[in-house]
Amino acid sequence: MRFLDEFRDSRLAQALADKIQTLNSKKLNFMEVCGTHTVTIIKSGIKELLKDKINLISGPGCPVCVTSTQDVDKAISIAKMDGVILATFGDMLKVPGRLSSLEKERAKGSDIRVIYSSLDAVDIARKNPHKKVILLAIGFETTAPTIAFSVSLALRMQLSNFFILCLHKLIPPAMKALLDMGEVNLHGFICPGHVSTIIGSNPYRFITQDYRIPCVITGFEPTDVLQAILMLLSQEKDGESQVMIQYKRGVSEEGNPVALDLMDEVFERCDANWRGIGIIPGSGLGLTHKYKKFDVDDFFDILEGEDYEHPDCICGQILRGIKEPSDCKLFGRSCHPDHPIGPCMVSLEGSCAAYYYYGRKER
Amino acid sequence: MCVAIPVKIVEIKGSRGLIEFGGLNKEIELYLTPHVSVGDYVLLHAGFAIKRIDEDEAKETLRLLEEISEISG
Repeated sequence: MRFLDEFRDSRLAQALADKIQTLNSKKLNFMEVCGTHTVTIIKSGIKELLKDKINLISGPGCPVCVTSTQDVDKAISIAKMDGVILATFGDMLKVPGRLSSLEKERAKGSDIRVIYSSLDAVDIARKNPHKKVILLAIGFETTAPTIAFSVSLALRMQLSNFFILCLHKLIPPAMKALLDMGEVNLHGFICPGHVSTIIGSNPYRFITQDYRIPCVITGFEPTDVLQAILMLLSQEKDGESQVMIQYKRGVSEEGNPVALDLMDEVFERCDANWRGIGIIPGSGLGLTHKYKKFDVDDFFDILEGEDYEHPDCICGQILRGIKEPSDCKLFGRSCHPDHPIGPCMVSLEGSCAAYYYYGRKER
Repeated sequence: MCVAIPVKIVEIKGSRGLIEFGGLNKEIELYLTPHVSVGDYVLLHAGFAIKRIDEDEAKETLRLLEEISEISG
């Protein structure tokens, strides 16, 4: 077993789609809060296939997309400082700030390096002792433990030239914020698979208990998503709201205890600014006292800019699930992957990019 | 950005593992998955194994899918 092709079987997918068509009566709204799910749903045609019965809505599931302009500008201003190397995951390069992007600053001569793993940033710091190396730490719970490991490694290696700009965000508080805003009427959540690999299923329980909305933790192949939709429909039909795990090969109820312990040691919760949503209490991660010396904010005096959005960009509303990319007048015209105006067009997992590359009618 | 892919561990040295994917070998960090063995498949994210893939659960999911397909079909 290779754990990929087996879950892309079109015969099984068709059977699941048929079963979904027979079960559903009224039209329901299900939201996915993971960019990888968005890509699967659009690319495999599931959204189009089920559109008469189920409205699949993309939520704030792409870490690049939910990074505020203010924070993008902050990363840019750090990259422009003398004696600095900024290490970033590739997705962040093209994200437009107010006046520039990391890609444009790199072209102008700033030392900005694309990394695959946070361990690469530690390695860059080790090899460049006379430079300050700043890791642009973005990502949800999936990525946070890998950054935590690199920060703890930097402490063990006694690196004094390694820092992080900590912009990590947490998914369950964002789901709560969306529900409390009340803008979108949801009948179920397709919960993120690899975030849940780390946190397990318990952090979603408040959604099923307090809001009575079913949750299914879902894998990333087409049959995974279809099976999860079927599980949500069964719960709706039976009047239940539980957290169920469809992606059992990748997620256990308790999550990854080693990763959770490491995150607890290195990070503590703080408020975070989400693009399109604003400040969500307890939805971010900052460094604990023991690791505070690696916080770029404690070392550099960085001027905080103001938040900014292009007046015609509706990324904020797309991230909240109240608009679709095709509702945007910039989509596919002045905003496209080679010239993104909003963040959802930048990352491959942003809703606009997924619709641009794989959507049908939307183009 | 939360993409993680299934890869097979072919060698373990301390907390580092050698994996095979698409004909390529690459070293990954195993700290987050202390109980893996050579031959296991793990989910690989940003240079780290984040979980050993549960083969029994994968087979059970496929068995369930087959069952649904037989009922629908």
